[in-house]
Amino acid sequence: MAQHQVNYASSGGLPVALTTVDKLINWGRSNSLWPLTYGLACCAIEMMASGASRFDFDRMGVIFRASPRQADVMILAGTLSKKHSQFARRLYDQMAEPKWVISMGSCANTGGMFNTYATVQGVDRIIPVDIYLPGCAPRPETLQYAMMMLQKKIRRESADMKKNRKQRFV
Amino acid sequence: MRRYVPKDNVQKRAKYNDRFWVAPQVPRLAVEDEHFVSVVRNVSAVAKVKDSYVELGQLVLEIEPSDNIAVLGNLRDECGYSVCSELSAIDYLAQDGEFEIFYQLLNMKERKRLRVLTRIAEKQAIESITPLYDMAKFAEREMYDMFGIYVNNHPYLKRIIMPDDWEGHPLRKSYPLEGDEFASWYEVDKIFGKEYRDVIGPENRDPARIDRYDTKRFARVGHEVPFGADASLVDTTDTPIEYSSAPLSDYQGGQHKVLEKRK
Repeated sequence: MAQHQVNYASSGGLPVALTTVDKLINWGRSNSLWPLTYGLACCAIEMMASGASRFDFDRMGVIFRASPRQADVMILAGTLSKKHSQFARRLYDQMAEPKWVISMGSCANTGGMFNTYATVQGVDRIIPVDIYLPGCAPRPETLQYAMMMLQKKIRRESADMKKNRKQRFV
Repeated sequence: MRRYVPKDNVQKRAKYNDRFWVAPQVPRLAVEDEHFVSVVRNVSAVAKVKDSYVELGQLVLEIEPSDNIAVLGNLRDECGYSVCSELSAIDYLAQDGEFEIFYQLLNMKERKRLRVLTRIAEKQAIESITPLYDMAKFAEREMYDMFGIYVNNHPYLKRIIMPDDWEGHPLRKSYPLEGDEFASWYEVDKIFGKEYRDVIGPENRDPARIDRYDTKRFARVGHEVPFGADASLVDTTDTPIEYSSAPLSDYQGGQHKVLEKRK
């Protein structure tokens, strides 16, 4: 929001900043993305590392929440088995709007090397995905980059989720 | 005159066949170990032992399926095999029309391992060994789940790995690795309902599916056809997929000869 920084000296000491409602709301949303604490397989280890002190997700406002009701982002970290798919979908349904989904790793993107009867061949079969994150498993930096891409996406979108929904299937 | 042999498709025929090739096998030795001899004698007193031999230092007993409780009970109480480390089945339905069930036992005192083998037909049930070994509760459930072998008198015979409403038994050789139609639509049926199959359509069910006979995206090694060729041109004879290129060793007679190729 550097472009809207208030220059107190030149504006006569008035704390005035001009912006749009969209930008203001998206500024808040994109800087407090709370993902669901939800790990499926080995990608979840990288996700945990991203949250811990070495990579430190908190500095980006990303704080893992233990309840889907309090979460904005679902990171599908790992292989989604068909047995578990209905529970993943239920967790997604329990999240309050606005919500975003990151598909983390090859298994979540396409089923990865598990081209078998028991694995969902890509989580986008059951959940609309915003960011696909390649890698097996992606490094924590990659997950953080994906989160930054998601922030970019949110800032670009309209704050009215109904408008955005036209582009996404639910 | 010499008999005419069509030579047009020489590539199809194997150039060289090893006449002396033997299928690699673990050598089966006679039971000479003092402990194993006494085990065989003990078990023979309670049930018929069809065959007994030593494989890789482990005694193997082949028994009738109806005798499994008597034999395992004797092994546990009389011979000291207090641990059942593994129990499952092998699908020999295509070869012999039966399953082979194995019980892997361990004697902690003698530091000996033993395998009990038995064979049952496809629809035949086997008696549960849960009164003898508690681990069988899970292992027999898994055997039921993966192979569809019913276990009599099991306290809670229910699928353990696959979902309860799953169709088919995935470890059978007849089950396709990529799953049948039920498996491919399972999550859609569960989450969106069966009517949603029509919304997605079969062509969008798995757009990234790797089809061996797809002439546009994939070429089959040894069966190359022009790009986008008609499916009728494609040779659909089923060629076995080689899973490993590691050299095979022939352990027969302990010579450890590395075999030329995998058959």
